[in-house]
Amino acid sequence: MSEKRKPRVGLFVTCLVDTFRPSVGLATVKLLELAGCKVEVPEKQTCCAQPAFNSGDSKSTRKIATNVIKMFEQYDYVVVPSGSCAAMIKIHYPELFTEGSGFRTRADELADKTYELVSFLSDVMKLKDTGAQFGRKVTYHDSCSGLRELKIHKQPRALLSKVDGLHLEEMADADVCCGFGGTFCVKYPDISNDMVTKKAANVTNSGAEVLLAGDLGCLLNIAGKLQREGSEIEIRHIAEVLAGETHIPAIGETDQ
Amino acid sequence: MANPRGPILSGDQDVRDALLTKIRRTQATDKLDAKRRQAVQERLSNHPRNIVPKRSDGNVDHKVALFTKLMTAADATVEEVSMPSQIPRAVAEFLRAHNLPQRIRFGKDPALTGLAWDQTPSLEVSDGRARVSDETSMGRAFAAVAESGTLVMTSGQDNPTTLNFLPENHVVVVEANRIWGSYEDVWDEIRHHYGDTVMPRTVNLISGPSRTGDIEQRLELGAHGPKRLHIIILNSASKAGSPKE
Amino acid sequence: MESTSRKFSSNAREALGDSQLQRALSNVPSGFVNKRAKAAAALPEFEDLRDKGRDIKNHVLEHLDLYLEAYERRVIEAGGHVHWAASAADAQRIITEICQAHGAKTVTKGKSMISEEAGINAALERAGITPIETDLGEYIVQMRGETPSHLIAPAVHLNKDQIEADFRRVHDHLPKDRVLEEPASLVREAREVLRSKYLAADIGITGANFLIAETGTSVIVTNEGNGDLTQNLPKVHIALASIEKIVPTLEDASTLIRLLARSATGQEISTYTTFSTGPRRLGDLDGPNEYHVVLLDNGRSDMIGTEFQDMLRCIRCGACLNHCPVYQAVGGHAYGWVYSGPMGSVLTPSLIGVDEAGHLPNASTFCGRCEEVCPMRIPLPKMMRHWREREFEKHLTAKSIRSGLKVWNWFVARPELYHRVSGLAAKFIKARAGKRGRVSNLPFAGGWTKHRDLPSPQGKTFQAIWKERQKNG
Repeated sequence: MSEKRKPRVGLFVTCLVDTFRPSVGLATVKLLELAGCKVEVPEKQTCCAQPAFNSGDSKSTRKIATNVIKMFEQYDYVVVPSGSCAAMIKIHYPELFTEGSGFRTRADELADKTYELVSFLSDVMKLKDTGAQFGRKVTYHDSCSGLRELKIHKQPRALLSKVDGLHLEEMADADVCCGFGGTFCVKYPDISNDMVTKKAANVTNSGAEVLLAGDLGCLLNIAGKLQREGSEIEIRHIAEVLAGETHIPAIGETDQ
Repeated sequence: MANPRGPILSGDQDVRDALLTKIRRTQATDKLDAKRRQAVQERLSNHPRNIVPKRSDGNVDHKVALFTKLMTAADATVEEVSMPSQIPRAVAEFLRAHNLPQRIRFGKDPALTGLAWDQTPSLEVSDGRARVSDETSMGRAFAAVAESGTLVMTSGQDNPTTLNFLPENHVVVVEANRIWGSYEDVWDEIRHHYGDTVMPRTVNLISGPSRTGDIEQRLELGAHGPKRLHIIILNSASKAGSPKE
Repeated sequence: MESTSRKFSSNAREALGDSQLQRALSNVPSGFVNKRAKAAAALPEFEDLRDKGRDIKNHVLEHLDLYLEAYERRVIEAGGHVHWAASAADAQRIITEICQAHGAKTVTKGKSMISEEAGINAALERAGITPIETDLGEYIVQMRGETPSHLIAPAVHLNKDQIEADFRRVHDHLPKDRVLEEPASLVREAREVLRSKYLAADIGITGANFLIAETGTSVIVTNEGNGDLTQNLPKVHIALASIEKIVPTLEDASTLIRLLARSATGQEISTYTTFSTGPRRLGDLDGPNEYHVVLLDNGRSDMIGTEFQDMLRCIRCGACLNHCPVYQAVGGHAYGWVYSGPMGSVLTPSLIGVDEAGHLPNASTFCGRCEEVCPMRIPLPKMMRHWREREFEKHLTAKSIRSGLKVWNWFVARPELYHRVSGLAAKFIKARAGKRGRVSNLPFAGGWTKHRDLPSPQGKTFQAIWKERQKNG
């Protein structure tokens, strides 16, 4: 690493991490630095445009995407602590622009160097062990976009297996949607509730003490359900565990 | 056939022409049309094979074994005999084992009518299409497919189609060398036998006895068609000296 | 069929509260999903076959006019009749006229979704002809006055005690004290009752899974054998099929057959796959004297050349329904029309209009499981998104969503303001959460907090922390 220039990584922090759980962003920075990256955070970033995109507002989507492209194309890599926002940039941005157009090329180039955090650490930086310690029984929820659009499945499990003391207990239907779905959970609250109820039951039945996932949207949803049901299960973003940042209160909890 | 487009209706001609014209407009310019016609013509006359699973590659023994394994998994019973003369006794044995009347019906297939039925005098055989009262029918498969454990029955007076479906018990004879690897092999056989682009009125691919899962997804056999399917493989290489259940 | 797709939200709510339905639906994931996974894993060529299947159908759609002509020619050569129907009304008229020309009183039917779509049963009944569904599941829903809730498992929304009650009610000629508790006894009773119907029927109507242009053949796939009795015993066989069912050759049909049952039920192949070409031949002892094919468009030709063309690759296996968490939650009837699940959410707006069926493409989390299992690799989420775009352009998107989005987009385009407001929001919710670390209700977030808590933000935004960090070195 010392002889090579450190790769410059632009951190796309995501709106949910920014507002709800900055500790995930800090854990992400720590992991990226551990892997030998130089991290920068463009301060004018806001949202990846998923709400507009998934509501069929293609004009606004393109406008937001254009800004993100301009803001992030200067970096060697763009890393996102979320499968769904990463997939938005990596898979869907190019679809927004006509083939052959200037912005299509720029979107393609950005897509090529954009990664979800855990897959970036494993696949690009070849990080095998983050040196963290967490003596708990955990279960892992595969977020839909990360799993199916970005094919992230082995990477988080491989890195978790190296966390000292951690035991991974797979839940049933780990790959089934938790019912968050962005605006879906407020447009169809009853269906969303049915889905998250089933997910919460699978989490509970796994016997794990801690639930991990790579997307804060899913985590807020499942945490909200488990805690409404009075569950004691602790809920965290995987970045916090991999970075050894587990002293801070888990999602929906305080140290008081 | 006075009117090839149908004896009853004629108004659909306009619908047909309008529809074809509309589809053509979305796909073709005049220039492209010749190319498209050629592509269609070539595909129809060359009927290229797509991807054929390799699982059935191998000699006759392999094909017989795979066919038997899959048929058995699909709830059929399979036995092998080495000579045609063993078939009547095998049929009688099957009927006895299931407490069925010693009565069976098949079509005019010489391979069945010519068997030595006089060896099993208590077994009553009759021919023709299936009757409602028939409990057991018998047929001879045109071919079989090893890759999925499938019988291929072709219609005609030799093996009337109703025999495949109406009775509750169905016995089928298939020669081991007629068990092909894939569906594609069978289509080539059919083309060879009936002529290119000509199909028998009905080709039935049968892969086990009738079943349904329509009530709480619980598997029940004998929904409308046969509840039992028994297959007798005529395999001269078979070590089976005598028929067994 | 009258659509209730507009009422999807309330249909869904009712479905979620229906304990019988929920019990029945719980069979879906454990049954179909596991079986499909096993069957796909057991065939090394499965993924390549999916690519091939997609390519075959794409090729057909690009040459559909020519394949339809070739197919028609072969049917006529084999002594069959081909009828062309632009709309459901055309199909109803054609089929009714064929039935009337033969003085038909009862008609047996093999399971056919296109017949549901075209409303054939109602049309026959209006003409005084009795249609009898013979697929067990379809027979059950017909006796209940319902429609199928699944492409291949019409009665998947029912439990056996409900079916038992229906059998006792409808089969009132049978002894009242008979034992009917087990599925086996129900299956046996249906078998007996339907046997006499097959024999009495004047005409048999089936759908078609494939139409083969090379030979003029229609193909049906069943496990029960009901389709075969339907088409072999009466004097006339009518096959009703939509125009995109065409495949070029027997080889192409074989490729799709390898995909169909594995995707649907996890079988290597369905029990019965039947290839029918023309009427009974000289010397035949059985089979229909007349063979008719009704080719129905009903809006499909409008999809060709649009972003929805890919949907016409669908072979109706039902895998997308089985794997869809929304379908698993609410079942098929909530979708309000013939087709349900992800394929219904894409197809229904094409056939009955996005203003009627706009809910359907919205009722998805885009989890992508449907596309993952679709044997024809139809990009279902992408097409649902296309419908949302159409809806947005036509200003059909719900007002609350539209205005919420407008506000959000406005902030997103103004980073400084955005960060100030998100910082305030974080502080506000945290203050409301207090020591609990979460809130149980929040203004404007009722959809969320009705069913779950909202975990509290940590207080400061990441951007604020990062800025401080940079300042302090």
